[in-house]
Amino acid sequence: MPQYLVAGYLPDDFDPSTVDEATVREIHALTKEMIAAGVRKFAGGLGPAKSLRGQPDGGVLVTDGPYLETKEHIGGLWILECADLDEALAWARKGVAATRSQVEVREIFFNPAPE
Amino acid sequence: MSEVHKTIEAVWRIESTRLIAAIARVTHDVGIAEELAQDALVKALEVWPEEGIPEKPGAWLMKAATRRAIDSLRRGRMLVKKHEELARELEVEQERLGEALQLSLEQVIDDDVLRLIFTACHPVLAVEGRIALTLRLIGGLTTTEIARAFLVPEKTLGQRISRAKKTLSEAHVPFETPAGDELRQRVESVLLVVYLIFNEGYTATSGEEWMRAALSDEALRLGRMLAQLLPGESEVQALVSLMELQSSRSAARRGKDGEAVLFPDQDRSLWDAAQIQRGMVALERAQRLGGGAKPYALQAAIAACHMRARTAEETDWDRIVLLYDALLQINPSPIVALNRAVAVGMAQGPAAGLDAVDAAAAGFTALAGYHLFPSVRGDLLMKLGRLSEAREEVQRAIAMTKNLREQELLASRLKQLEQRDNGGA
Repeated sequence: MPQYLVAGYLPDDFDPSTVDEATVREIHALTKEMIAAGVRKFAGGLGPAKSLRGQPDGGVLVTDGPYLETKEHIGGLWILECADLDEALAWARKGVAATRSQVEVREIFFNPAPE
Repeated sequence: MSEVHKTIEAVWRIESTRLIAAIARVTHDVGIAEELAQDALVKALEVWPEEGIPEKPGAWLMKAATRRAIDSLRRGRMLVKKHEELARELEVEQERLGEALQLSLEQVIDDDVLRLIFTACHPVLAVEGRIALTLRLIGGLTTTEIARAFLVPEKTLGQRISRAKKTLSEAHVPFETPAGDELRQRVESVLLVVYLIFNEGYTATSGEEWMRAALSDEALRLGRMLAQLLPGESEVQALVSLMELQSSRSAARRGKDGEAVLFPDQDRSLWDAAQIQRGMVALERAQRLGGGAKPYALQAAIAACHMRARTAEETDWDRIVLLYDALLQINPSPIVALNRAVAVGMAQGPAAGLDAVDAAAAGFTALAGYHLFPSVRGDLLMKLGRLSEAREEVQRAIAMTKNLREQELLASRLKQLEQRDNGGA
């Protein structure tokens, strides 16, 4: 069965202290529902990003913030195993309602585990 | 199918189980719960294409089901069995029912889903009824899809489902998770249903190919679901392991032209290593729970032996024979005996294998009617150089199987045999 990244996007000026209890509860409830449905592979929220850039001299430059200059960044993600994209989208739809954020769905082209 | 219909179908697939479970908690009748949920789906198919998909589709469906429930109550149908005596005060009852249903969806707990699985797989039902009901109630598949997967007319399948629902209702099967000794038996029944669904998909005797793949996936999902809901049951873990290990080979089981590729000839680089890993982890978990010697754990351990070998020659056949011996002790079946004989043939040579096959057939007369019996005999006779006998067996096997792919495979083996026979003559 294919796996999908379902990622929630937050605005760059997002203030975590504005998240109300109901949102947290709904996100947890949704994750539990995914677990019970046997689709959840992984779920987690993300901390602030550090970006690493290769330099012409061969070094690596580490900076604060996401690699791309955007107005949003990924705040959290689910990895779901679903029958097809439609089903992943149906879960993502619930994700929009629970997280009150924009959600992106991408299929993961899975790499085999190391021998 | 339009975009919105595809969305509705997907929403239904992920919402229907909880919806039915939540209604059943209130109505105490899985059949009625399923009908109310279906009514809600019909309503959604009517309204959503016009008004768009609601923000919370699950809650919307529950509201629609509630309205239907109140309607039928008004029409005097005894919906809430437990409270039949209260039905006098219809007004109060309606209100109560509505509230109870709304509350129930908000509070759906994993236990409700588990209860639903146990009810659908209740031993009071014929096995085919259990399978159909499980796919319908927990898998969220339509009657059409299930009928197509099992190659039976839709009408037959529909009757099968309504008969099952009627039986549950008449037998007053409680909507509950069994406890104690009963739990073990009931888990067995659930696992049997899941594995039958998996096998129908994996080694189907007939049916459309895509639908078969969907069945295996559905069984795997049911297994993973059960593993979450019953983490302490070793055989649940073991069955998940067995299914993961078997389906990890899916990509290698078909050649370029869709022809079947037998286990020893498979390109092992096509096996899904990540899935094998998961199967191995589930098997370890089953063994750690103390269930290493139980039927599914033994079968998973046999599958694990195959998956560990980097080439067919490296397979630890001695260990596989031992595992089959153990399995045969607790689960004496013709198929197990035949598989054991194959392993003996690999571990100790074709002569020993042929003896084991014939001993198996003597112990289990049912083997004679199974196409793999002449197929295995033919294979062993070929290895022993007894070509004309081998040819007869393969011909017999072809006549006995309905599966086209298998017929093709056997026919190509027959051709090989004939060439060798002629070359040798």
